[in-house]
Amino acid sequence: MSEEKPVKKTSLASLFLAFAKIGVMTFGGGYAMLPMLEREVVDNHGWTTSEQMMDYYAVGQCTPGVIAVNVSTFVGFNERGVIGAIAAMLGVVFPSLVIIMSLASVLMVFRENVYVARAFAGIRIAVCALILSAVIKLAKKAISNIPTAVIAVLAFLLQVFLGISPVIIVLTTAAGGIAVYFIKKGKKPEEGGEEEK
Amino acid sequence: MIFLRLFWEFFKTGLFATGGGMATVPFLFDMCARTGWFTAQELADMIAVSESTPGPIGINMATYVGFSTAGIPGGIVATLGLMAPALIITLMVARFLARFNDSPVVKTVFRYLRPAVIGLILFAFWQLVPYTFVGSEGKVLVLPVVAFAVLLFCILRWKKVHPIVWIALSAVFGILCL
Repeated sequence: MSEEKPVKKTSLASLFLAFAKIGVMTFGGGYAMLPMLEREVVDNHGWTTSEQMMDYYAVGQCTPGVIAVNVSTFVGFNERGVIGAIAAMLGVVFPSLVIIMSLASVLMVFRENVYVARAFAGIRIAVCALILSAVIKLAKKAISNIPTAVIAVLAFLLQVFLGISPVIIVLTTAAGGIAVYFIKKGKKPEEGGEEEK
Repeated sequence: MIFLRLFWEFFKTGLFATGGGMATVPFLFDMCARTGWFTAQELADMIAVSESTPGPIGINMATYVGFSTAGIPGGIVATLGLMAPALIITLMVARFLARFNDSPVVKTVFRYLRPAVIGLILFAFWQLVPYTFVGSEGKVLVLPVVAFAVLLFCILRWKKVHPIVWIALSAVFGILCL
């Protein structure tokens, strides 16, 4: 990466640093990052507006991958094109790389320690609770009628009983969604996108 | 060779995991079952570490899994693999952002995709539960775990607390009781 060149208005280094700062200061992804992103990207640097940021978030949720990467790519791209997108994205991941790898190597050494082992046995319970609470939170937003509930249950049961891979389930559901859209459109125009959020 | 496989596995995860954060977890369980790079129990520990350190959870998980599988280069390769699809797709979408967002096809697809993701995450939970009943010395401890889990869950549904607090509380419980 050739940073340090303050060409035009935004340097690659400042993109990298701003997003590295966001990476260091947020715990958990998704919406947990929004306040930090706003402060850094909108308030401190003025790279984008709050409204634009919400659009990025919306797209981030409608495209695969980590939302922080989507947002950083948008902002970096708008400032400096593809190379800016890459600089911003590397900024997001840099802190994770450093912190996780140092922590992981420490943990590898202490894995056999009885207190560490006990602590992790306890932590596994919290992880279960965290995953379950993520499910509940998502379900409140996404399960609104019988078809959506059936899809959720079906996705679960297909894995439990038939061991179908999540990739297949995502692909089939997406294909099903496209099919439903075109069938509805064929029957009655104007009925494609209902009021549902 | 391992690096190519790591990149490919995480590229797939990045491509198919929609919905942020926990959405990567089902794909990691799937990876664990197919590759044997790590155990489900190790995965649980990685989730805890990823939740309680700075940075997006998905990225932390990729770094951790990659690092524990193939050292520092492994961590970097896995993380790049996870990000690559988002980078490529975002760059493609960036030009017609508004149109993509409001497209009724995209809306319909995601209305069905979101509940499917819930089913996927629920299955990750399902796979993890048996491991929580095993204490530090391999003893099976059902009663204290269930009691603590119910207590934890009630407290946390009642009052909003940051995940780090959940993890810290249960670490203390583990040291004292498991």
